[in-house]
Amino acid sequence: MTIGASSVSEPPSDAAGDAARGPVAATLAPAAADDEIEARRAAIRKMVEAIVVPGAAIGAALVLFGVFIALTGRNPLAVYREMFRGSFGTWFSFQNTLQRAAPLMLTALATALPLRLGLVVLGGEGAMVLGGLAAAAVGVHLHTPTSVKVGMLVTGALVGGSWIAIAGALRANRGVNETISTLLLNYIAIALLNHVVEGPLRDPSSLNKPSTLPIGDDNMLGTLPGLDVHWGLAWGLGACLLFWLVMQRTTFGFAARMVGGNVRAALLNGLPVRRLIVVVTFLGGLGAGLAGAIEVAAIHGTANASLVTGYGYTGVLVAFIARANPLGAIPVAILLGGIGASGGLLQRVFDLPDATVNVLQGILFLAILFSESFYGRRWSFRRARAARQAS
Amino acid sequence: MRRVATFVVGSLGNRLAWITAIAVMLGLWSEGRRGNVAHAAAGPPLTIGFIYVGPKTDYGYNQAHAQGAAALAKLPGVKIREEEMVPETVAVQKTMESMINLDTATLLFPTSFGYFEPHILKEAGKYKNVTFLHCGGLYQDGKHPTNVGSYFGYIDEAQYVAGVVAGLSTKSNKLGFIAAKPIPQVLRNINSYTLGARSANPKATTTVIFTGDWSMPVKEAEAANSLIDQGIDVLTMHVDSPKVIVELAERRGVYVTGYHANQAALAPKGYLTGAEWNWAKVYSDYVAWVQAGKSYPHLLRGGLKDGFVKVSPYGKAVSAAAKKKADAAKAKFMDGTMVVYKGPLKDNTGKVVIAAGVEQKQTDVALEKMDYLVEGVVGKTH
Repeated sequence: MTIGASSVSEPPSDAAGDAARGPVAATLAPAAADDEIEARRAAIRKMVEAIVVPGAAIGAALVLFGVFIALTGRNPLAVYREMFRGSFGTWFSFQNTLQRAAPLMLTALATALPLRLGLVVLGGEGAMVLGGLAAAAVGVHLHTPTSVKVGMLVTGALVGGSWIAIAGALRANRGVNETISTLLLNYIAIALLNHVVEGPLRDPSSLNKPSTLPIGDDNMLGTLPGLDVHWGLAWGLGACLLFWLVMQRTTFGFAARMVGGNVRAALLNGLPVRRLIVVVTFLGGLGAGLAGAIEVAAIHGTANASLVTGYGYTGVLVAFIARANPLGAIPVAILLGGIGASGGLLQRVFDLPDATVNVLQGILFLAILFSESFYGRRWSFRRARAARQAS
Repeated sequence: MRRVATFVVGSLGNRLAWITAIAVMLGLWSEGRRGNVAHAAAGPPLTIGFIYVGPKTDYGYNQAHAQGAAALAKLPGVKIREEEMVPETVAVQKTMESMINLDTATLLFPTSFGYFEPHILKEAGKYKNVTFLHCGGLYQDGKHPTNVGSYFGYIDEAQYVAGVVAGLSTKSNKLGFIAAKPIPQVLRNINSYTLGARSANPKATTTVIFTGDWSMPVKEAEAANSLIDQGIDVLTMHVDSPKVIVELAERRGVYVTGYHANQAALAPKGYLTGAEWNWAKVYSDYVAWVQAGKSYPHLLRGGLKDGFVKVSPYGKAVSAAAKKKADAAKAKFMDGTMVVYKGPLKDNTGKVVIAAGVEQKQTDVALEKMDYLVEGVVGKTH
């Protein structure tokens, strides 16, 4: 089962070719004369599919959600008009969307990268919380603004990475199910945060909201030039691009994807599967840890229970909708950021409950998952028709 | 061939569904347009934004604020915009900005304690002609922007009265308190409740369990079960949503006193009374000041006397004697003669925390830093 949307670049020998595409590859072989044209056509088809299929899925989800809205007695078109106004319709709204998308790009990586290895990691929340806590703990001990910023981001990322790598190591060496372990690690991380913030690292002057010592206003990450969006957006875009390059354009990334395609084949080819699992989970965790560090460095200036925001779980959604492609996580995060930004208007203007946004996210998620079965489908019909005409 | 047939039937089915959906949507759209036109005819009202950290139907903290908002909605010239489940991060900053930019709100009530720093302070600096009123009593003159206010209520007074009722309703002399975090506000409620109970029944003790966070329904249920198993027959709490605890107490046949809002509907048999916020009063006052263009108090606090908090109507199970005692305590709060914290007062390790002859009145700042549990409380602050 390949998960990547951009399998365009995968060589034909890719062991990861999924079952549905198996027969396609088989029928390709005899037509050796048209090989190159066929290959080019297949590449274009895949590119078109990568846009059309998720696009259609999103469209279908919007129609379904429209029906849901209609059932609650509201006018779906009016709702969509407000949602557009709240998410992309004005410059303020668009910045709001980008701001909300920034942490999702980073937390999505915690799920997206391991997913390329076939591992379902849900631990972004915990990695983010601990990344933020570690960043705050280190930040107060550094003194110049630059050292505070660098120290916080590096520490946060490393701690987040190590946290997810624990689950990776348990998976690789002891066969512990990574989905369950990362989910449980989230609870441990939040408990650790509460313990440390209310105990050893508590700022004595934070009475009713226990927090760590503030890092100081001068040491905070500012906003991007010309935008009312903090630097987390640049880090999110950069990290997604970087990890896309790593997974898609390096031998390391290829090896990792091969493990995801077929572990046995990877082992037969002498790939260090265990090490790959640990390293990729670590890399994914870096993103979530960085998200936590940015929350502290750009927004809170201190670590406290407000770090538990649910971004880690929304990141899982982003990773799945983006089909584990780090580059795909960018538009998906912006889409979900937009839904988040406009969700408030749904409540305020239409008096819909907050859960409405969850319904939309859920419908989107299911539509995208169902749409997986449409890849390569239209093509096989035409192929079948051609085969019938030939006979 | 079969695959083709399935595909055709399937897509036909899909098409039908789409056509139906579109037809329904078009119908509702025309309906909605008519509604919108009627709506737009009203004059330019004062738009007030309310922001809640949890669901506004939580039978607790957020519902209490939403009731205040609902009271404002009835006033003429006021339009209310509400948003729930807004986390204490950049999301609340963006919600405030969205209310200001897209809803043209000029008065905001971001109601969660954690919204104040840095979020409200940051937005108040950015939008100088918008008024931000926050629940928590954190405003400091000279330090914080002048378009910010912060209010809070001495709800421990209502807890004291509820404690009197609890102390006279228990048969085992054991009360239970399920609390979120051992922070001053929470400790003060536990202590006032216990002092109230012991003023009426010196044998009463309060066993406290901290769950660690504001909304932990599973832990709250576990704590409630554990307390009931220990023979405790009156429960109370300081968590964001008391719903789980109140319902569980009713099912297990013990008494309960509520918190934040009135939960009597959840426990018709066992609900004795409760400590409730009365934000309708506070919010109406603020709106009247803002509408009149008058200056408003930046730090506003009050108790039973000021109508900031109230005691739920007594339940059926409350005896006449308990009602009398509780009403007497309430009367003393109302005429300002009640002092809950006065020496000599010992904590539950035997240490004297308020020396003999010292009185710490309602507004005493020493109480804001409370870090002890009084004698009669079974439990630890850490």
